[in-house]
Amino acid sequence: MTAVAEIMDYDEVLRRFDPVLGLEVHVELSTATKMFCGCANEFGAEPNSRVCPVCLGMPGALPVVNGTAVESAVRIGLALDCQVAEWCRFARKNYFYPDMPKNFQTSQYDEPIVFDGGLDVVLDDGEVFRVGIERAHMEEDTGKSLHVGGATGRIHGAEHSLLDYNRAGVPLIEIVTKPITGAGERAPEVARAYVTALRDLLRSMGVSDVRMDQGSLRCDANVSLSPKGSGEFGTRTETKNVNSFRSIERAVRFEMRRQASLLVNGSEIIQETRHFDESSGETSSGRRKEEAEDYRYFPEPDLVPIAPSREWVERLRGTLPEMPWERRKRVQEQWGLSDEELRDLVNASALDLVAATVDAGAPPSEARSWWVAYLSQRANERGVELAELSVTPAQVARVIELVAEGKLTHKLARQVVDGVLDDRGDPDEVVAADGIEVVSDDSSLQAAVDEALAAQPDAAEKIRGGKVQAAGAIVGAVMKATQGQADAKRVRELVLAACGQQ
Amino acid sequence: MSTISRDEVAHLAGLARLAVSEEELNTFAGQLDVILDAVARVGEVAADDIPPTSHAVPVTNVFRTDEVRDGLSREQALAGAPATEENRFRVPRILNEEA
Repeated sequence: MTAVAEIMDYDEVLRRFDPVLGLEVHVELSTATKMFCGCANEFGAEPNSRVCPVCLGMPGALPVVNGTAVESAVRIGLALDCQVAEWCRFARKNYFYPDMPKNFQTSQYDEPIVFDGGLDVVLDDGEVFRVGIERAHMEEDTGKSLHVGGATGRIHGAEHSLLDYNRAGVPLIEIVTKPITGAGERAPEVARAYVTALRDLLRSMGVSDVRMDQGSLRCDANVSLSPKGSGEFGTRTETKNVNSFRSIERAVRFEMRRQASLLVNGSEIIQETRHFDESSGETSSGRRKEEAEDYRYFPEPDLVPIAPSREWVERLRGTLPEMPWERRKRVQEQWGLSDEELRDLVNASALDLVAATVDAGAPPSEARSWWVAYLSQRANERGVELAELSVTPAQVARVIELVAEGKLTHKLARQVVDGVLDDRGDPDEVVAADGIEVVSDDSSLQAAVDEALAAQPDAAEKIRGGKVQAAGAIVGAVMKATQGQADAKRVRELVLAACGQQ
Repeated sequence: MSTISRDEVAHLAGLARLAVSEEELNTFAGQLDVILDAVARVGEVAADDIPPTSHAVPVTNVFRTDEVRDGLSREQALAGAPATEENRFRVPRILNEEA
């Protein structure tokens, strides 16, 4: 075990080694039914209520392939610039583990349905990094285990386990990258950006819920180090089921540092699976990686081969929606964004939200400002994703509309949005409940203006002398006195009028 | 000519969760040799233009429409389980080693 104190400094790692990554992403398809049976594919149902003889692996039960799942697999392959196999088969991956009641997983082995593609990944600074795609194949998910006894609900130390097979047989696509080399110090960032780009792509295609928190998108990160300039790949480890974008970056970075520390001490890297701990940010040893032949793969005799005709493939290509990179380009042109503005928008994961706000009638610049600035800040404070905030694009659009109508000042608008975020209803409800309104009737404002002018005779004198820019200080004082509820434009007019400038 | 060792038979038996005695290891190693030799002869005659056969019927693309069908009720599903708990199948400890 390497203690954190001994672990190598990241810069030192990079001076000595080149990182090589391989990322395996499992995506649960959002089909109505499972991969090989008609059971509902549904997250969060009562345990063992979405099962049948096929997904429970009962003797004599026979699988039939879900055609929609195959279509999704082909479409994903096309979106990832892959070749589609002319002919391929399913294979049995044999192992004994209670999460798979058949004692084998129906998967694909050396004949994946799609192969040899790539995905352009946009890094934080806007640079594009091409990640090669080795293959994507179809398989089925396993059941869910609940480990009882022991400390943390983990399998280690558990006294027994409880199995729910609702997830067993849910269609999975496993997407495997080619070895990612040449990323250097940006390897952890590339890993995160790749999975993010894949998530965005799959979401735009509507083939999966792509929720990392619910496990419908899962990432295993293979990491190895190559001594600088040697061109030789080192022994790799596979960190399993890293379940947030940030964790992927942290896990890769930690593994690079851990492996480097071992290598410079003359120790060997053990080829094994590792577990990432969210709280410590470290990985720990899991099981030794089984050799591929130990799974004794063989062609699935109960399922006939799949031979996608070229006509079918082209028809599916025609169903692909606008790809995220095409959309970014279009949005940039339509909304007149600079590269930097677009980057901020994408990095804040605000593109969909801003687009929806614009669709709800708001001007792009204001919609963007709300999501990228104020709401991003609020999301940060609450430790949630922007999309998880309890304010909808339609509600933001309504607030923007109220400001445009002069019914809210910017300050009041933020107050209203805070009310919506606190689940106090729609903007109009918050406005009504809190009696929020812009004070613009002259009788209420005039007294505040007179008071402010009296309190700042110097500024008043300047304005009377023609220096109208001094009015700002008076307007500010009035806004403060009215707690931001005054109509600033009207206040300014009243100030100028009182000083004989209008 | 022996192509499969006793150790390999023991390894395969372990993967398949089969209890095989010392005596049986010898028997099966010999028998598996014969089987492998026989299969290898197929490889000698099969030309490159004959694809390996995994399915006896020349059928491809058998798909099901993506429509939900009733499966088993939870009671039916759990009826055959040796043990259940909280509507789940209860299984013995999975890993033997302690963390």
